[in-house]
Amino acid sequence: MKITVDRSKCTGLGICESLAPDVFEVNDEGELVLKTQTVPPGTLSDVEEAIAGCPTEALRLEP
Amino acid sequence: MGTRRLVVVGASLAGLRAVEAARKGGFEGRITLVGAEPHLPYDRPPLSKQFLDANGADVPPPTFRTEEMLRTDLGAELLLGAPATCLDTAARTVVVGERPIGYDALVIATGAIARRLPGTEGLAGVHTLRTLDDAAAVRRALDAGARTVVIGAGFIGAETAAAARKRGLDVVVVEAQATPLVRAVGRTMGGALASLHRRHGTDLRCGLSVTALEGDGRVERVRLSDGSVLDADLVVVGTGAVPATDWLVGTGLTLDDGVVCDETLFTGAEGVYAAGDVARWHNPVFDRPMRLEHWTSAAEQGALAARNALNPGAAKGYATVPYFWSDQYDTRIQFVGVPDAEEIVVADGDIERDHQGVALYRAGDRLVGALAVNRPTEIMKYRRLVARGASWEEGLAFARSRSDSRQTADV
Repeated sequence: MKITVDRSKCTGLGICESLAPDVFEVNDEGELVLKTQTVPPGTLSDVEEAIAGCPTEALRLEP
Repeated sequence: MGTRRLVVVGASLAGLRAVEAARKGGFEGRITLVGAEPHLPYDRPPLSKQFLDANGADVPPPTFRTEEMLRTDLGAELLLGAPATCLDTAARTVVVGERPIGYDALVIATGAIARRLPGTEGLAGVHTLRTLDDAAAVRRALDAGARTVVIGAGFIGAETAAAARKRGLDVVVVEAQATPLVRAVGRTMGGALASLHRRHGTDLRCGLSVTALEGDGRVERVRLSDGSVLDADLVVVGTGAVPATDWLVGTGLTLDDGVVCDETLFTGAEGVYAAGDVARWHNPVFDRPMRLEHWTSAAEQGALAARNALNPGAAKGYATVPYFWSDQYDTRIQFVGVPDAEEIVVADGDIERDHQGVALYRAGDRLVGALAVNRPTEIMKYRRLVARGASWEEGLAFARSRSDSRQTADV
């Protein structure tokens, strides 16, 4: 499973970072950085919550 | 499980998420979504931000899902354009228009209603900014170059002022408190953020109230308590919102600035849960009842209320560190936690001078809140600290280490 971010939608609000900090981090410029593109073991439910919690629906899990 | 019909009253974010969570959880019964407005569920944060930009009248509304997706993919019956007016918890019905609708599980997500200025109902050019129709009317007035007066320097007021300034329009913001944003971030930091308005050419007048709106059918002037008079074509009232509970008076539900719920968003009436701006629930992170008007909690509570309503035996509690954001001028303001503090320290940067930095909020020996101004990389790190009950000392030490590493990086 690959995590993707739609840059045209993401505004760097950071809810994903608070839910899954091993995967997501907003940088100084307010841009979302994916620390990894694959879901680290044991974090799938956090990542799913982060995807569901994104106000701009910018995140996806792709096979 | 005997649940055959889920009724969700309120077709905004929390209501939509309730419907989606029910289906995602495998519920195959009937779902009815009731909305007072004629519009499909739409997103509110953009209404006071991008939606007010000068892009003409054809900007599509920030609708979450198409009608097709709601009706077909989610299999929801949509009853839009009339509010629910009555609830009978014994008969298990809600009334919409003249029609009683039976439920097995009910999610109340009726949100909040913007406060209006008493006595201004018949005056054109005076608007609140809560609904899509409100926002469209405000945008039309801005398109026409309105001289704008904003009443209330909270987030809605500040964002509206920023939108007017972005178009080069004159705007005055009138605030009854001594500083902007008192309810959101407290008086001290509200004061530090006042300079943001002045730097962008907004005329901010604090400590004043409005004594009269005048005009012949349409607003022309605003009179203030210091005797001054402002010419105005558009008045935007941003003085907060009250939970939409009128329809629930006398139904047996406990109402106290919202529908009172337990930790699981259960209202006490069988099968009835509440979510979003209308819900006052017990938040275990701070061990007290709270009612939030934030996007994040509305989304999360909506989903949880539906899951709990459909499976009360396995109901889960809702614990959260409140989070909200606001975009004003070129500045992003983010806040986590609660603003009621015994001490507030700007622990990183300089918020008043540079509009960049982090302020920490202390209650007892605990870190209870953090404000980040143009520091998007910092805010969620504090949300996690607040969530795990970090001490004040821990918060300060973390801020020091972040500030030090920033300075090292800048050299």
